[in-house]
Amino acid sequence: MPNKFPLWKNLMILALVAFAFIYAAPNLYPPDPALQLSGQSSAMEIDQAVLKKVEQALGKADIGYFAGEADGDTVLIRLVDGGLQMRAKEVVQAEMGGDYIVALNLAPTTPSWLSNLGGSPMKLGLDLSGGVHFLLEVDLDAALNTRLEGDLQEVKSSLREEKIRYRSFELKGQQIVGRFRNEQQAEEAASLVRANFRDLQPQFRQGQNPLTLVLELSEIATSQIEDNAIKQNLTSLRNRVNELGVSEPLVSRQGKNRIVVELPGVQDTAEAKRIIGKTANLEFRLEAEGRIGEVFEFREGRALDARLETSPVITGENVTDARASFDENGRPQVNITLDTKGGWQMGHSTRDNVGRRLGVLFIEYKTKLEKSLDENGELVITPVPFVEKHIISLATVQSQLGKSFRITGLDSQRESSELALLLRAGALAAPMYIVEERTIGPSLGADNIKLGVQSVSLGLALVLLFMILVYRGFGVLANVALTMNLLLLVGFMSLLGATLTLPGIAGIVLTVGMAVDANVLIFSRIREELASGASIQGAISAGYDRAFVSILDANITTLIVAVILFLIGSGPVQGFAVTLSIGILTSMFTSIVLTRGLVNIIVGGRKIEKLWI
Amino acid sequence: MSELKIYNFMGLRRIAVIFSAILLLASAVSLFSQGLVLGLDFSGGTQIEVGYEQPVDVAKLRSQLKQAGFHDPVVVHFGSETDILIRMQGQPDQGLAERLYAVLQLDGQSLDLRRVDFVGPQIGEELRDKGGLGMLIALLVVMLYVAIRFQFKFSVGAVLALVHDVIITLGVFSITRLEFDLTVLASILAVVGYSLNDTIVVSDRIRENFRKIRNATPVEVVNESLSQTLWRTINTSTTTILVLLALFLFGGELIHNFAIALMIGVGIGTYSSIYVAATVMLAMNVDREDLIETEQGELVDDLP
Repeated sequence: MPNKFPLWKNLMILALVAFAFIYAAPNLYPPDPALQLSGQSSAMEIDQAVLKKVEQALGKADIGYFAGEADGDTVLIRLVDGGLQMRAKEVVQAEMGGDYIVALNLAPTTPSWLSNLGGSPMKLGLDLSGGVHFLLEVDLDAALNTRLEGDLQEVKSSLREEKIRYRSFELKGQQIVGRFRNEQQAEEAASLVRANFRDLQPQFRQGQNPLTLVLELSEIATSQIEDNAIKQNLTSLRNRVNELGVSEPLVSRQGKNRIVVELPGVQDTAEAKRIIGKTANLEFRLEAEGRIGEVFEFREGRALDARLETSPVITGENVTDARASFDENGRPQVNITLDTKGGWQMGHSTRDNVGRRLGVLFIEYKTKLEKSLDENGELVITPVPFVEKHIISLATVQSQLGKSFRITGLDSQRESSELALLLRAGALAAPMYIVEERTIGPSLGADNIKLGVQSVSLGLALVLLFMILVYRGFGVLANVALTMNLLLLVGFMSLLGATLTLPGIAGIVLTVGMAVDANVLIFSRIREELASGASIQGAISAGYDRAFVSILDANITTLIVAVILFLIGSGPVQGFAVTLSIGILTSMFTSIVLTRGLVNIIVGGRKIEKLWI
Repeated sequence: MSELKIYNFMGLRRIAVIFSAILLLASAVSLFSQGLVLGLDFSGGTQIEVGYEQPVDVAKLRSQLKQAGFHDPVVVHFGSETDILIRMQGQPDQGLAERLYAVLQLDGQSLDLRRVDFVGPQIGEELRDKGGLGMLIALLVVMLYVAIRFQFKFSVGAVLALVHDVIITLGVFSITRLEFDLTVLASILAVVGYSLNDTIVVSDRIRENFRKIRNATPVEVVNESLSQTLWRTINTSTTTILVLLALFLFGGELIHNFAIALMIGVGIGTYSSIYVAATVMLAMNVDREDLIETEQGELVDDLP
């Protein structure tokens, strides 16, 4: 048995080692604290002049910075001291005014030859970088109900138009229930619904007097409404998050009805929560004529209470944009854009109502804590959702409105931008509730990194020492493999863009402990073979071959567990599963192929008296 | 190098069965009677971590919080005298951070609001379901894999060893009233992975020896296999425990319980890979015959 690798195998090992060094290297260059400046609208030119203004502001405030970069859309300026990041933001924001978004950022310092190869440092999870994490649940039932309420009104009015008489028509749960005096009227109603309301499925309820017709949303319509609701909410959340000026926000759907928002590096959590947590909706309603209708208060207690009609013309779902601007005479106004359906409905309702007032209702979904006694007489506190409705705008309709229109007559620019913000904030298809919220202060993040580095280094040192004590010469080989394993693991995680979290670090540490297992298995086998009288070269070869089956089975089963962990877990658990899985794969390579290559180079094909194992 | 010593592990298997039974019973009783101390991830509620510059009197802080209208706050030291963990029910509202800040600063001490976590009750419930489901799926898939790669009796042994490890690790958490959170759940699953690793290595050797050694009883084969893999089992457990010790000592509060769960699990897993899996296999009368692959199309003429 020659114990020689063919050339290609040695080259492959070299290539992977080089790979590990190159892609792990960017992690040696910590990013600079930086400020990022961009315009409120994409039309704004962010050029050298803007950069100059920012630099002057920082210079005046005596905050050290490195040269900034302007690329037309954003300005990035690196700061000398990360501790002054917050103050720098305030200084720059004050200087530049509200038209600019100033965000805290981390600017990469990866050397260009590494980034040209696609190298970048590992992303840090929120627990390491600090920041805010929200999990929001979208109330899909509410979205369905809003739709059903609208349908109910429309069904009723078209029944009236067609002169089909009914005793009652109302919403019960998620069904529209209509009652009729005789069969003919009910049949006529059913065929009318079939012809004009594709999304509703009419069904007669058997054996009931009076005759009952039940209308339900079809399955396709239901899932479409739900999907749209989530999409609309995602879009408006993204817009709101952009207003916060966070450099790398994450807003994504999770599961059927949840949305995750992660804002790394955000320190002003109250502000973040105010904007994210503003779960709101809008309703445009005409002012009621006569006694029918509901009275609502005007926001901020102005004496502008009004009685509005009970059903809305359009809801926030139809609002695609709202911007503060100025009219021809330089007075503040808000421009509103609606989607096609909303534009049509708005036109239809305002055509005959010029001169009447149109109110905008801002609806907030909040939670309060309610105290009650449970069966054991113990005080329990349960969060109870409740709804708050205020009028945010009440304006006279001057002419028929369409897809885009404006609200004028506002007192100040402040008022117009506030109203635009509220309108945008309310453009949600369905209410959302915060179901999970995690805020990690920046100091804790830094502490966690320190702890992680410490425990990885100590764990590694202990294992390296143990392996040398127990396996001597071969222990050194195993240690080379272990260190390479760590580099490969970091390299792969950086390349794949995996996020490093504290549980992820724990996964790395655990991998370090378990990765030597394969080598322990192999070395034990070699020792056994030697003990049973095999030649040295024969023992090495047999040791690797025999141990391979055990290693493969053991690692595949562990990999199965890691994959399942990833599939069922969320956030932190997934981070752990990812590092564990990658670690298992890289450790199989380093402990089987790499050490074998080294052993072959050192003892392969030579006459050796005694193996130092 | 001396000739390998064969230990009579299986001679002690009755004692091992009693030992395991006691541990399992104690775990089960504790789990059923007092359950686990569920962490925020599973129980829901609000948890706030605050760092002070000087040591803080927990009782005083608690009463101050109560006076300020916070309901039933649990206030404990967290890692050191200057770090405080506050837990309460319900959801943090908009002004919470500010109000809390005002209360916590009563002594004029400067403080660092490190972490505010809120988890809704529905999330916790889902996690519990998902965790349990994941565990079951993991066990089933593993059982299937081992049954295909080895043999049915081996897979029963491996899975029972895993169930044994999981119940006892959970039991220790229940008895010692250590907090069970998401990271501990992850570590329990890691224990499954680790213990399985161990069991597979041992099973692999047993399979090999059944095929190799012809004139020995199953007990002798198992003893020899266990003795052969003993050093590997001990060495791997040692390196793993060493790094876990590093995590336990320097990993910080967040993964303290993670490290504890894994240490318990690795200890129990090492024991179970020697005693539980092999004992189960022997109890099921595992034999050479189970592992000799019958050749395809073989006909045995057993007519006289």
